[in-house]
Amino acid sequence: MALRTESILVNMGPHHPSTHGVFRMRFIFDGEVIVDMEPVFGYLHRGIEKLAEGRTYAQNIPFTDRLDYLSSMTNNLAYVLAVEKLAGIPVPERAEYLRVIMSELMRICNHLLAVGFLLNELGAFFTPLMYMFREREKVLDLFEMVCGQRLTYNYMRLGGVSHDIPPEFLPAAKKFVREMPGRIDEYERLLSENEILLFRTKGVGILPREQAINASASGPVLRASGVRWDIRRADPYSIYDRLDFDIPTGEVGDTYDRYMVRIKEMRQSTRILEQALEQLPGGSVCTRVPQLVRPPAGEAYGHIEAPKGELGFYLVSDGSVAPYRFKIRSPSFINLTALRDMVRGWKLADAVVIFGSIDIVLGEVDR
Amino acid sequence: MSFLQGYGFVGLLMLVALALAALFILLPCLLTRLRVIPRKPSPIKTDIYECGLETQGKTWVQFNFRYYFYALVFVVFDVETIFLYPWAVAFNKLGLFALIEMLIFIAILVVGFVYAWRKRVLEWK
Amino acid sequence: MILKRLLDWLAGYWPEWAAYVVVGLVGIMVLIAFFLTMIMVVIWLERKLIGRFQVRWGPNRAGPWGILQPIADAIKVLTKEDIVPDRADKWVHLLAPVVAFVPPLLIFAVIPFQPDAILADLNIGILYVVAVGSIAVVGAFMAGWGSSNKYSLISAMRVAAQMVSYEVPLVLSIIGVILVVGSLSMMDIVNRQSLPFFLMQPLGFLVFFLAAAAEVNRSPFDLLEAESEIIAGYHVEYSGMKFALFYLGEYGHALAASALVTALFLGGGKFPWGALPPSFIWFLAKMVLVFCVLFWIRSTLPRLRVDQFTGFAWKFLFPMSLINIFLVGTELWWAKEMGWSLFPWPFLFLNWAIAGMLVLVWPKLFQLGVGRVEV
Repeated sequence: MALRTESILVNMGPHHPSTHGVFRMRFIFDGEVIVDMEPVFGYLHRGIEKLAEGRTYAQNIPFTDRLDYLSSMTNNLAYVLAVEKLAGIPVPERAEYLRVIMSELMRICNHLLAVGFLLNELGAFFTPLMYMFREREKVLDLFEMVCGQRLTYNYMRLGGVSHDIPPEFLPAAKKFVREMPGRIDEYERLLSENEILLFRTKGVGILPREQAINASASGPVLRASGVRWDIRRADPYSIYDRLDFDIPTGEVGDTYDRYMVRIKEMRQSTRILEQALEQLPGGSVCTRVPQLVRPPAGEAYGHIEAPKGELGFYLVSDGSVAPYRFKIRSPSFINLTALRDMVRGWKLADAVVIFGSIDIVLGEVDR
Repeated sequence: MSFLQGYGFVGLLMLVALALAALFILLPCLLTRLRVIPRKPSPIKTDIYECGLETQGKTWVQFNFRYYFYALVFVVFDVETIFLYPWAVAFNKLGLFALIEMLIFIAILVVGFVYAWRKRVLEWK
Repeated sequence: MILKRLLDWLAGYWPEWAAYVVVGLVGIMVLIAFFLTMIMVVIWLERKLIGRFQVRWGPNRAGPWGILQPIADAIKVLTKEDIVPDRADKWVHLLAPVVAFVPPLLIFAVIPFQPDAILADLNIGILYVVAVGSIAVVGAFMAGWGSSNKYSLISAMRVAAQMVSYEVPLVLSIIGVILVVGSLSMMDIVNRQSLPFFLMQPLGFLVFFLAAAAEVNRSPFDLLEAESEIIAGYHVEYSGMKFALFYLGEYGHALAASALVTALFLGGGKFPWGALPPSFIWFLAKMVLVFCVLFWIRSTLPRLRVDQFTGFAWKFLFPMSLINIFLVGTELWWAKEMGWSLFPWPFLFLNWAIAGMLVLVWPKLFQLGVGRVEV
């Protein structure tokens, strides 16, 4: 067709309802089709990596809460694992179990929000999100019991966790674990076979297996592309090798697979929780560690399977009380690198959905 | 009189509705004068909203709206409905002949519609 | 008719034209008061019920059960600063809310609440509704284009796409009703429905309902103000009362669409078991019920993408509405040949069977939406 048309340049973000914070996408649209997309970030940069170099190892734990503020527990865990590896601090068994319990609760919590916001971006006017919030509240209540906080927990300590669980925690957690599979069934019944959801997500924003690996994607984004890679199995930390669970994977790597992988992972998390709560041993929850840990000079990389992917902390010690280098490998940031290829050729409406299916938190992208 | 009565009322309603809309727009002007509504324009406030950034490039472009073709199909079928309405009103008096005739008329248009469908015109590509 | 009696009474004292204008104004005032009150009621109802759908309370601060919330909103919106962007086309920006607000109000002129409560029983009533109803789209387009905002621009283009796609099935689905009634007057249409038409023409009802929902931008067809994509669409750049006009116009249009569904397919003010006065109560109840279905859908379903949205109109609704016309036409002719002996029931079951089959089978025949485009 010989009609002359012009493309328009549209900024989406930083002030946009569906950019999960202050992310900015600079689109070039031809009509509604995305010709090109340039991600712009850094609006939430706080220089955590540099700040951490001026503080002691223990003081840095609260900083990690502020990275991915929707899953602070796992951030804590990744960091303390790295320090424990560096300084050779032993962890009591009960603390290991508590860490796993908190991580899996956090994973459920995070995936609930991821799925809820994804549906919001599909235009479902908050209803799924509100249902997800109902479950998330229960998890937050559990967290509040153990550490008094509902968002930034600062729960993990070098060599253990800060508090033992109160007596009312176990019954409440067990009740939650009993109820959760039914709730997930409910979501699946309401969402997974919804015709419009299928139209909008099946085949949309495909991230092929090779490309996912090349982009170094991790977490649900990678597994949805059919790669069976989960740090809990590939490089077991804590007590994950004693627990029985599956790694759900997708086939095509489209938005629907990413959605389904998250739903399935929630089921697996409840399975893990069931076992961990059952096996929870007695004993202390923290080894005595001096206030100022001075790890021997050297380096260590502690990584875990955070809800959003592989979260790693690379620490270099020069033998002093503070890390010499504090590097964060944040899953959100690295998963984002595949975004441009995924959205090109799709429409404006798909862009927000594909973006939402990656599930990022800007606190972690910008650090 | 009785025939025009309804139309007169509709015309009157239109005038009143326009007056109401004008009132809704003029009332804030009055209230601004009375200092009930603030009025502090600034270059940033009266700028175009684009997620907190200055807008780059033109907005009024030759937009590639991509539904050019089915806009044409729309014209065809919207004209068709003009013929369908009188036919539908008089249908009870006309009987089988009118039904078949209209069937043929629509069939001709539907051939075009199917052709357009096959040519993948009915999409916002 | 009350108005008629008032007119006769006044005409005894005043010149005829003056009596006519005064009576007209009285009727119009009642209508507008009703229009604005109904909008406030449904806004409250929608917020409250969507709140309940979403396991939360909904408005509960302003007055008992938050019932004063719409009034609080009205006051807030009235005292907001009116911001006009520098780059906007000032006149288009100013006139767009007026164009969007007036048509829904005009539709209510011919809504047959009950035989003596209709402002103007035009003999081309339904044609008038279709003609006036589509003007509101122009208002949205003017707002989108005139704001000089890119999100609005995209929204304006979607408005136009919506208009050219959904107008045709909307208009065609009404023809099934007209075939049976043989008149375009809204009052005649209601009077003919001893059996509500949605029982006789399920296909036409479905098409009309969906097309009307799209026409008034209700979810899942609310692409022009898709919050997660283009923020607020065509009214991004509006504030204060101008925004309120859009808001009123939008809800007014949705109400008008519910009223039309009620009048055309649900038997208007008729009550199934004999005449229970007053019939406008039944009309209102049905209308609010239809509106509730609209926002039940809104709180349940995600949104379609724009290519799927227009494809749905052309590939599903349009063929369905054509099939409906000829189904009804053939049946009418046949029933007349047979002397109306076994008129409604066999046809009713046949129509439901055909409608059910088509709804199940037709969507399997094609692909909705185009997917990725090579760039």
